[in-house]
Order: sequence, then C-alpha cells, then structure tokens
Amino acid sequence: MSDTDKSRRKFIGTSAAAVAGLSIAPGVSLLQTAQARPADQAASSKNRWGLLIDSNKCSSGCDKCVTACFTANWVKEAHGPTDSQWIRKVDLKSLSNGKSHSLPVMCQHCENPPCVDVCPTGASFKRADGIVLVDRHICIGCRYCMMACPYKARSFVHHPLTDQNPEVPRGQGTVEACTLCDYRIDRGELPACVDACNQEGNGAMLFGDLNDPSSEIAKRVATENTTQIRADLQLNPGVRYEGV
Amino acid sequence: MIKVGSHRKIWGVAALAVALMFGILSSASADSGKTQASRVPKPHLVGEKGNKCVRPVSYMRRHHMELLMHHRDEVLHKGIRTKQYNITNCIECHASPKNNSVLGSNQNFCQGCHKYVGVKLDCFECHNPKNVKVKDIAFHPLIVPGKKPDAKPSLADTMRKKMTDARAHQEKSGVVK
Amino acid sequence: MKSLVYREIPGRSAGFYALLGGLGLFILAGLTAAYMMDKYGHIITGMNDQVVWGLPHVFAVFLIVAASGALNVASVGTVFSKTIYQPLGRLSALLAMALLAGGLTVLMLDLGRPDRVIIAMTHYNFRSVFAWNVFLYSGFFAFTAIYLWTMMERRMGAYKKSAGVVAFVWRLILTTGTGSIFGFLVARELYDSALLAPMFIAFSFSYGLAIFVLVLMAAYGWTGRPLGDLILQRLRKLLGVLVAASLYFVIVYHLTNTYFAAHRGVEAFILLHGGIYTALFWVGQVFVGSLLPLAIIFHPRLSKSRSMIAFASILVIAGGLAQMYVTIIGGQAYHLVLFPGYQEASSFFDGVNHHYTPSVAEFFLGLGGVAITCAITVVGMKVLRFLPESLDDQAVDPHAAAKS
Repeated sequence: MSDTDKSRRKFIGTSAAAVAGLSIAPGVSLLQTAQARPADQAASSKNRWGLLIDSNKCSSGCDKCVTACFTANWVKEAHGPTDSQWIRKVDLKSLSNGKSHSLPVMCQHCENPPCVDVCPTGASFKRADGIVLVDRHICIGCRYCMMACPYKARSFVHHPLTDQNPEVPRGQGTVEACTLCDYRIDRGELPACVDACNQEGNGAMLFGDLNDPSSEIAKRVATENTTQIRADLQLNPGVRYEGV
Repeated sequence: MIKVGSHRKIWGVAALAVALMFGILSSASADSGKTQASRVPKPHLVGEKGNKCVRPVSYMRRHHMELLMHHRDEVLHKGIRTKQYNITNCIECHASPKNNSVLGSNQNFCQGCHKYVGVKLDCFECHNPKNVKVKDIAFHPLIVPGKKPDAKPSLADTMRKKMTDARAHQEKSGVVK
Repeated sequence: MKSLVYREIPGRSAGFYALLGGLGLFILAGLTAAYMMDKYGHIITGMNDQVVWGLPHVFAVFLIVAASGALNVASVGTVFSKTIYQPLGRLSALLAMALLAGGLTVLMLDLGRPDRVIIAMTHYNFRSVFAWNVFLYSGFFAFTAIYLWTMMERRMGAYKKSAGVVAFVWRLILTTGTGSIFGFLVARELYDSALLAPMFIAFSFSYGLAIFVLVLMAAYGWTGRPLGDLILQRLRKLLGVLVAASLYFVIVYHLTNTYFAAHRGVEAFILLHGGIYTALFWVGQVFVGSLLPLAIIFHPRLSKSRSMIAFASILVIAGGLAQMYVTIIGGQAYHLVLFPGYQEASSFFDGVNHHYTPSVAEFFLGLGGVAITCAITVVGMKVLRFLPESLDDQAVDPHAAAKS
C-alpha cells in the first residue's frame, strides 16, 4: 500500500469517526442507551440490555473491540490457552459456499444461562437487567460454569493478578467473563467494545434495551433477520447477530 | 507492757499496710505506664486523610466488614453504585502516602491492623489496594506502549512460558494434532 | 454356622509402618502440589480455559464413583440377603467412606479458591447438580456410618436391614448425581445424554468391586489370615457380570450417540481420530479395562488362579481411569460448535480440538487422594474390628464347604 493510500485511508477513517462522533459522542450515547441511572437506584428488570452485531459491517482484520475491552477492563492482552479473553474475534468460512464472515463473540448474556443453573454457590448470577455476572466473592473456582457454557465465554484466572482496574476487580482462582461493562452502563455509557467500534466508524455493534420497543436495537431485531448463536438450545441470548 | 506491745503491733501492721498499698499503687501505675509504652504494642498505622470517616471510628473498627459486605452485594447484584461505602472510597483516604496503597508494610492501614489482630484479609486478591484514579490512566499499566516488561519474570510467567513452549514444540513435532 | 470373630489387624510389623510411611509420603506430595497450585495458580497445571477439568478430576470422579460401588458388597449381603457376603460388609462400608474421602479431598484441593470451600456449605444454588452432590456426599457419609454402626454394634443389629436399604438407595442416587454432573451439560456433545447416570452406576459397581477385591486380598495376604476360594470365586464371578454390564452400557451409549447426527462429530473424534483419546478408549477402556479382564475372569483355568483374579481387578481399575480420562478430558478436548455449517477460527481456539498435557502437580494431587483412601482404610482396620479373623470356606459357608 502506498503512502498516499495510507493517508487517504486515515482521512476516510477520521472523517467517518467524526461523522459517528456527531451522532454519538464517544462513551456517551444519546440513542443507544438509557439515561444514566442515579447511583442509588437498582438495575431494573424493565430493561434487558443486549447487543446486535452486524457481521456485514465487521471486517476480518479489525479487532478494535477486543483491544478496547482489554484496555478498558485492564485485562492483560495475550493469546495463550490460559489467558483470559472476555471477547474474541471469530472468523467463519461457510462450508457450503465458501463465504467468509467475521464477528466478535463474548458472553451472550442468556435469559436462561446454563452457567447460572450449574453454579453450586450461586456466584454466577443474572442481574435484573439481564447482565450475567460472576460474584467473585463467593466463586470457589470449581469451573463447572465453564463446562456448561456453550459459547466458551468464560475464562479462569490461572495466576495471581495485580494492578486491576479499581472498577473491575478480578483475581486468581476465580472465573470471569464479559460484564457488558456493567459499570459503564450504570453511568449511562456504552460498553467499551461498542464504543470502540463506533469510534472506528464501523458501527457493527449496536447496544441497547431489547425490552424497549422504541429502541433502535428492538426495532431492528423486530424487523430484520437476526440470529442467536446455538438458538437450538433456547437459551435466548441477549447478544444477536445479523448477516451470518 | 502488753498495751504498749499491742500498740507497737498495730503500728507495725499499719506501716506494713501502707507500704503494701504504696507498693501496689506504684507497681500498678508502672503497669499502666508500660501498657501505653511497650508491653502491649499497638499497630502504628499511617494513611488517614482528614479526620472524618464515613462512620465514627469506634463503629468502623468493629463493623467495617459488615458495611463492605453489604455494599459489595448492592454494587454487584443490584448495580447500586453509591460512593460512601465503596472500597475504592476507603482506599482513597487510607492509602499510605508512602506507597499509595493500603498494603505493603505493617504501617499500611489495612495490612497493619489485620496483621495485628491476626485476621486474614480477603479483599486484595481481586481489588487493587492502590489509590488509582481510573480516569488518570487510559491504559492498563501492563500494556502501556513502550513500557519494558518486568526485569524478573515471576515463577508463574516462567512456567507459563515453559508450557506454551512445550506445547508449541509438541505441535511442531506432530505429537499432538 | 459358628459365629464369626472380627479382629483388628495387629499393625505392629515393620511392613505395616513402611506401608503407612509410604502412604504418608504420597499424601505429603499431594498436599505440596495443592499448596503450589494455590500459591502460583493453575498455571502450573496442564489445565487451561479450554480443558478446564483435568487429571485431578479424573482421579476424584473415579474415587467418588468407586466409593458408591465399594459399598455394594455390603448391600448384596444385607439388602439382598446373600449370607456369604455378610462377613465382608464392614470392610465394604469402610472402603466406601475412605474412597469418598479421598476423592472429595482431591476435588476440593483443585478448586481455584480451596480456602473458600466452606462457601459451598453456606451458599447453595438449588438448581445446581453440584450443590445437590454436596448433600449427596454428606448424606452418603452419614448413612454409611450409621449402616456400619448397625453392623458393628450388636445391640443395633435389628436396624441393620433398614440402614442397609437406606444406604443402598442413597448410593444409587449419589452415582446418578455424579453421572448427571456430566449428563446435564447440554452444551458439550459427549455429555448431553441421560444415559450417563445409569452408565456411571454400572461403572461404579465394577470399579468399586475391583478395588474391594484387591484390598481384601492384600489385607488377608499381608496379615496371614485365611481367605477361602469360596468367597473369592463368588467375588470373581460378580466382577465378571459387572464388567460385562459396564461394557454393555458403553456400547449402547456410543451407538445412540452415533445415531444422533448432531453427535457424530464427537463420536468420530472419540472412536476414530481423537489421537490419545481414541487410543485410551479402545486400548485402555475397552481392551484392558473390559475384554481382557472378562477373558481372565471367565477362562476355565486362569480364573482359578488368585494372582490372575488380582490382575483382572488391577486391569479393571486401569480401564476405569482410562474411561474417566476419555469421558472427562476427551469430552472437553472436542471443540464446541458455535456456528454449524461454518469453519471457525479465533485466538480462543474456536474450531480446533484442544490440547491438554497433565503436569506433575496434578498427578501427585490425584495420587495423594488415592493415598488418603488407602491410609484411612489401613488405619481403620488397625483401630476397629473390620475384618473377620478367618474367611476360609468353612467360616464363610459351612454347607457349601462340606459339599465341595
């Protein structure tokens, strides 16, 4: 690629980001998420937070969502078999027509999560607004939830940790996964991955309230052809996919 | 003679009693002095900004764990994120000015007192004991661009490297598919 | 029939203390491994985010499954009134409790936070099969202890039958629970089957009996007490039937899976091209663990030899460990299919089968559990009256002895 090409790309990228920035200021969204909840108010079952991922807009080489997740949650970036990955990019190739797709996979925040069913202590739980989390205070590290999850969404912390994000406590011997950036959602911000995808100008990830019929995500789920991973298991994940 | 003798006796007993009283008193006062000084050492803690905790100090000494425990469930399970009883709020005031942390030595606030009373701390395997402002640091300290990796890799790091190397070797030599 | 005399084993010989010392060393090594895993994390094991349960679980589940099986000898005597087995009841119950204790210790020490194991008692999620098992395990200890009490205390003898029935029913529920830990995992293709629970019950019968036979032969051999052919031959035949029953379940299980199109991938992996797992299945589980012992047990000449009976028992145990390895680790090594009809690739090992190489720490943790089981059994036999002084044919069944 020539330098001209590079700068041209950069320009297009910047202007796209600027356009995206006009509609959605980074980190704070007017359209996609509800207003920040007052700090003393509990998450409500009136909301069901979800994601809609459009694989048509997601390119194979881009992993901005993954980097943003690592950065925001201070998860050390690595790709060994014992390293935590809360979100990963999966590249797909159709066995019938050879068509390629790329999309991010993270905790699917099921309505009927198997991890919550199997957890012996109740450390795996679902918040009222549909976010599936691990209470590390009562997690004993048995890893039964990892056996039960059909999406391989969870990671086990295999060694002592230091320098955690004060808002994202995590430690040795417990299981962790995508939190949908609950601490950001609670103050009315977008999850880090969605934020990064928007800033990149891709707009492949849409965050919103599936229970609110007027939200963009609910409208698109109602009208467009969206799917859930392993829909046959009837877990009703809050993360939906399009174009695959 | 008898009378005199008995008088003498009484005086003798009184003198002895007084002497004993003084003795006890003086030794008692010596005791109490020692208590404060050396015999029962108390933890010397640093890290208390201002003079107002979220509750009176006497209450906090006995009940801080209950407040923390209640608040952790509020935050995690309900998403109630008030600041008052949040552990980060505690760390903000109680981090030692020396190392910006509540752990590190027996002078640090949490470690010092827990060591003194012999109660295991079970917070900081997961929570960061340092007073860090999230907004100040955009990146994880471990992935700051240009930052050199730690000079001494931990045993865990070495073992992990060994494992991945072994696995790569196996894959290369075709032992495992 | 003259009444049996139960007697503690003397336990004063150098050999006895050497045995205890050796077991102590293995227990120490197991505890050291657990300490290292707690200090440095599971990074020092071969387990990872893909294969989350490893060698410790192979040992632990094997011991727990065998525990309920070991109680069976007592049940056959009490519940099914086969008098010839009744002298073995006490040892059977002791061994069952010792096996469960060993297995649970390994399971507990492998936790990411073993220091918090008490939480498993204070916080229950009643929808979790694991949480049910916590009840099942403690219930098993309690009911087996009561059963043992009714067997050992003359005044409690009247309650022996009812205690035996309760313990027998409970052990069936327990193994159903253990099998269901895997059977309820709909996400993993090898596990998603209700057949796992009855299959685990069949496994437990044969593994438990094989261990029982070995312990019985060792205890009588090393203490020089007479052990008649009558009882040993009965146990041999029973073992043959139970091994055959296990093999039957394995065949039915794999046949149903192969018939179910969605599970053909994992079946092909285990049966045909799964590398170590295929080898362990055919060579370990099927040949060494089932066919070879069956051939020995039902061979007209070999079955007469005591050392061959012991050898067959060892083979059953080895096959059992291979079976656990294939079931637990093979089931995880096969990749999860997220998008059927697509080839998947990612940094998190989607679409590829996963690797697992057990580490020394895991191995010693597992062996530590075995050593705990053995130590409890040995010490138990020394301090309480578990073993009849004689199990010769005359003592076991005078009528049959007279006939032969």
